[in-house]
Amino acid sequence: MAESEYQGRLKAIPLLKSGLPSLGIKGDILIFILLLFLPQLLKAVGSYQSMATFVVVWGLIAMGFNFLLGYTGALSFGHAAFLGIGAYGAGLTIKFLVPNTLLAVLIGTLAGTIAAALLGTLITRLRGIYFSMLTIAFGQMFYFIAFEWRTVTGGDDGLRGFARQPIHLGPLSIDLLHNELAFYYFTLVLFLIAVMLMRRIISSPLGRTFLALRENERRARFLGISVERYLWLSFVISAVFTSLGGALLGLLINFADPTMLYWTTSGQIVMMAFLGGTRNFYGPLLGAGIFKILQDFLSSITPNWMIFLGGLFIIFVLFFPRGVAGFLSRRRS
Amino acid sequence: MLTLLAFQLINGAIVGIFYGLMALGLSLILNLTRVINLAHGGFLVIGAYLAYTLYPFLGFWGALLAAPILTAVVGILIESSIVRRLYHRDPLDSLLLTFGLALVFEEAIRMIYGTLGMPFHVPDVLMKSLLPGTGFFFITKYRIFLIVTALVCGLLLYLFMARTRVGIHMRAAVLDSETLSALGTNVSRLYTLSFGIGTLVAGLAGVLAAGQLGLTPTMGNNLIMPSFVAIIIGGVGSLLGSFVGGLLIGICSGLAGQFAPAAGEFAIYFLLALTLVIRPRGLFGQEGFLE
Repeated sequence: MAESEYQGRLKAIPLLKSGLPSLGIKGDILIFILLLFLPQLLKAVGSYQSMATFVVVWGLIAMGFNFLLGYTGALSFGHAAFLGIGAYGAGLTIKFLVPNTLLAVLIGTLAGTIAAALLGTLITRLRGIYFSMLTIAFGQMFYFIAFEWRTVTGGDDGLRGFARQPIHLGPLSIDLLHNELAFYYFTLVLFLIAVMLMRRIISSPLGRTFLALRENERRARFLGISVERYLWLSFVISAVFTSLGGALLGLLINFADPTMLYWTTSGQIVMMAFLGGTRNFYGPLLGAGIFKILQDFLSSITPNWMIFLGGLFIIFVLFFPRGVAGFLSRRRS
Repeated sequence: MLTLLAFQLINGAIVGIFYGLMALGLSLILNLTRVINLAHGGFLVIGAYLAYTLYPFLGFWGALLAAPILTAVVGILIESSIVRRLYHRDPLDSLLLTFGLALVFEEAIRMIYGTLGMPFHVPDVLMKSLLPGTGFFFITKYRIFLIVTALVCGLLLYLFMARTRVGIHMRAAVLDSETLSALGTNVSRLYTLSFGIGTLVAGLAGVLAAGQLGLTPTMGNNLIMPSFVAIIIGGVGSLLGSFVGGLLIGICSGLAGQFAPAAGEFAIYFLLALTLVIRPRGLFGQEGFLE
């Protein structure tokens, strides 16, 4: 076909750019504005300000998870391990090392990344559903470590005795601990940086390689792509974002406990990504919002809220497998 | 010294039996339908609580017989109504579905029976020690009963798979369900049957566990992960491997626990890592099953 026609075809498929129907720059701005005023918005509908921080933090966690699933096609049911390692890393840094929030976030993220790098070498040896089973198994291993290593992690009681520290910018000092709104915007800044980074990776040739793995692993191998190596890399990159989210979560609640690493927490992450839509860049963020707000709302009504959330989830799996974002984008087209 | 060793060995074997039974059921469902049944722990709990409910009417032996069967009925109902719709879809979807089911099961049990643990009464004749007066007093008849029941169950399953027509069809369906279907066998009924047998075994494990540990709504949660490890170590695609794998990690972790309590569980992960490095397909696994 003619060159111009080919270029035209390329433009017509935003798929090639970011791997999924993207809202484009208008969507980004919309979401940015929404996030900017999220605390106020939530307060207006009857929730509370720091719920916004929960949404953003879990959104980051879920988006990190979805980097592996939505873009590389590998389901990890043990991603809570990185959440937990991030949280414990941050907490331990403030408690025993240096009472510095940024450093805590950095070390938490680094800890999760290193764990993923080491773990990835083992679990990429199997594929498909067995890969997922391995992620459950090793996710539980980290839970077990957090549970047993009482001297460091506090064991069953969790890690206490740390709190997010104020940030000192010269003469200015931002109290992150008592000023919940300030912590929200701190989290939002980190979130936006992370999201921009993720975007850059996805639209780069590296991101294209991950997509190739998702679409047809065997074909990718025939093309000379080392499947294990790129799967490992995607695993590590996704862990960076999830551990970052985990570190922020630990700082949000000033607490870290082994439940953060249990496989049911991993399941929550999966649910969030799935509810929002795994084939959509911001889908997991949307899913995290839906999940957290629903959880908050339902748990105030009944202690058995999990049954409704589980039931809702089943309905979604059966009838809305592309999640809310997927459903919306299908309506649009 | 010998007593302590025997104690750890028996304990490990008991735990290994549960791992093995759960892994067996999971593996059966997995091999045929490619569904990772995260609700398997939930079926164990259902079996246990059904036995508890039936106990006043049927006694221990009646409950032991009826509860697994009823659990299988529940499993078949769920498979034919919900799970079946997802066979042609992404395997992720059925995994997520079973996870949702697991949540619903646990919460439903909690709603009906409460959050607290409850005891389950085993007939006194079983609670007696097999070798009283010796150092091996801990070998209660119930523990022997557990082991024997699980082995009998495994044997029956083997005979079913190897000698009966339906069993052979199921094994064929694992290898090539399309061709089998073309040859005239109702493959979807085999899928349902695999779910039924798998949940039957889970229900049985639940009743046995109730007698050993009592009843709690979360009693199934901690068995999921070792069952997966058992399947991988025992060999992907192999039923015998899953059961043997479960026994193996149970006994090894029991023995390791002799040195330090935490070492027991860590032994499981160590074995898993070892398997992945040396022989990723597992003990009885077939090459190329890694899809």
